[in-house]
Amino acid sequence: MLKKVLLLMLMTAFGLGMLAPAGAQTVVGVTATEIKIGNTNPYSGPASAYGTIGKVIGAYFKKVNEEGGVNGRKINYITYDDAYSPPKAVEMVRKLVEQDQVAALFQTLGTPTNSAIHKYVNQQKVPHLFVATGATKWNDPQHFPWTMGWQPNYQTEGKIYAQYIMKNFPDAKIGILYQNDDYGKDYRKGLHDGLGEANAKKMIVMEQTYEVTDPTIDSQIVNLKNSGANVFFNVTIPKFAVQAIKKAHDLGWKPAHFLNNVSSSLATVLKPAGVEASRGLITALYMKEITDPQWKSDKGYQDWVAFMKKYYPEGALDDQSNAFGYTVAHAMTQVLKQCGNDLSRENIMKQAASLKNVEFPLLLPGIKVNTSPTDHAPIEQEQLAKFDGERWATFGELYDASKK
Amino acid sequence: MDILIQQVVSGLATGGIYGSVALALVMIYEATDIVNFAQGQMAVVSTYIAWSLLNAGAPYWAAFLATLAISFVGGLLLERIVIRPVEGAPVLTVVIVCIGLLVILNSVLGWIYSYIQKPFPSPFPDRPIRIGNVYFGAHDVGALAITVLVLVALYAFFRFTTLGLAMRAAAQNPASSRLCGIRVGWMLAIGWGLASLIGAVAGMMVAPIVTLDPNMMAGILIYAFASATLGGFTSPGGAVLGGLIVGVIENLVGTYVHFIGTELKLTVALAVILIVLLVRPSGLFGRAAVHRV
Repeated sequence: MLKKVLLLMLMTAFGLGMLAPAGAQTVVGVTATEIKIGNTNPYSGPASAYGTIGKVIGAYFKKVNEEGGVNGRKINYITYDDAYSPPKAVEMVRKLVEQDQVAALFQTLGTPTNSAIHKYVNQQKVPHLFVATGATKWNDPQHFPWTMGWQPNYQTEGKIYAQYIMKNFPDAKIGILYQNDDYGKDYRKGLHDGLGEANAKKMIVMEQTYEVTDPTIDSQIVNLKNSGANVFFNVTIPKFAVQAIKKAHDLGWKPAHFLNNVSSSLATVLKPAGVEASRGLITALYMKEITDPQWKSDKGYQDWVAFMKKYYPEGALDDQSNAFGYTVAHAMTQVLKQCGNDLSRENIMKQAASLKNVEFPLLLPGIKVNTSPTDHAPIEQEQLAKFDGERWATFGELYDASKK
Repeated sequence: MDILIQQVVSGLATGGIYGSVALALVMIYEATDIVNFAQGQMAVVSTYIAWSLLNAGAPYWAAFLATLAISFVGGLLLERIVIRPVEGAPVLTVVIVCIGLLVILNSVLGWIYSYIQKPFPSPFPDRPIRIGNVYFGAHDVGALAITVLVLVALYAFFRFTTLGLAMRAAAQNPASSRLCGIRVGWMLAIGWGLASLIGAVAGMMVAPIVTLDPNMMAGILIYAFASATLGGFTSPGGAVLGGLIVGVIENLVGTYVHFIGTELKLTVALAVILIVLLVRPSGLFGRAAVHRV
């Protein structure tokens, strides 16, 4: 008995020794042949449409592994269902960190879910990379040095539209329709901030909201039209964007129509709403919209299609989420490559914060990913585009939020 | 004035949607005496069947009729396989089974068709109808007409056919009906089939407006419950009228009562349910339930 206890103590001591190598570096979830990356995604529940992002990332890592892995190590990607529920996300992320002992968390999805684990992962000092949400708060390296965002945030996009409106529609009467939650409010705030207080007061003639549970938004569109607005800022998810575009058209209301990037898909929004009704819509893009015919012969697009057919054949080719997950998985792979043989959590974070002018295949041409220890917002560029009846025609110069 | 009329018109259009789903709820309640929480999801399944047929190249009305037939048989089978084992069980058991059915159907649809929304065609012209400064969507008018048509057919079926009478009897007094030689089990199954068929009509009329995805009916079902409660769970006509009333009230309150605005529209629907249950539990047109003890 005593022998056993002693042996156990010895083994524990040895084990602890392994975990704490020389220096203050923490190496967890890494062996000579693999590195563990953790993820949570909504595979069930109300946001399950996004679950495909978690799956396409897994498919991409499978491709990386088949091609020899990163610096000789295979990526062991562990992903759990959080059902888009914050308490479930906490439970799953604790499991990833404490039981599975992952080296880093990557692309945990959702604003409410990431908010719930934000403090915990920073206390545990686990890299919390490229979170899948457009909220603004992920770029706060001073208070949350272990968290990093990915896509341009909603407020930035709102500001882009504001600048364009002020320049091109000095007499704008703006009507806003937004979803009554953090996502909608972030866009609204971006527009307000971009216009400035005086202009916002003068230009915005009506603001209407809707709930995700609302069956239709007809009533709101009727009110917006009636307000006399000649600029329409449409902050809706695809389902309601289709209705808004159609209804405005049916009512004979023809404002300058700004549609948020969230609903910029040709296949799921513009075509169902009708080409005639959609003509002239303006949005801000940072990715190639994969159902847009102008990318059919693009190398990045074709590579993606070939990848989808081989590694994720059940994934839909008209779902932008599959392009999104593919692109961000490139970024994670890039970070691991840069780490070389030092896969301590400190170095993973350091490398994630030193991406310099990196381009990825499905980002719009010219859009570069940049990060630094004080800049945890990888993509900060977007370009305006107008729907010409067939494709998103980009115009004007690339807008760079980091330079404003 | 134009804005008031336009809000009423679009309220009627939305209300027509609520009414058509409420009609299916009432149907199943009339025929089997249970409230089916999976009704909306069953309608979505039917709509996906129609979508698949249309995608395979079937003409609209052929796909429409085929979907009705498939939905009828599907509803019938669901009753035989899923509901029959819990027949006579406490209400709560049946409710749980229905909710389970809802979740399963929802996930299966997501698995097969993905959660990406799909456009669904309308059989009616694309151009809006304009009278003065008021616009009517042609689809909205057509959908409402079809709902009313279904309603009339339903009324005639229950009022004038022996089968309809037998079904009502089977739902209200199974023991006596059985003694009269009515095959109660089959009457309930046919009730499910019919409700599923009505749901299919509702789904195919709703989908062109809200676009088709597995969660299409989630929000609508709440309003449909409000409509059915308001009109009376025992009155098909009441349910449709209830839908129209809820649709119009919701729009007018959202537009003219500023502290409610567009943010509390759903609350208005829930308040309707609550007030009706407190003041007149059987709804505007429903019969009060009387049970001999």
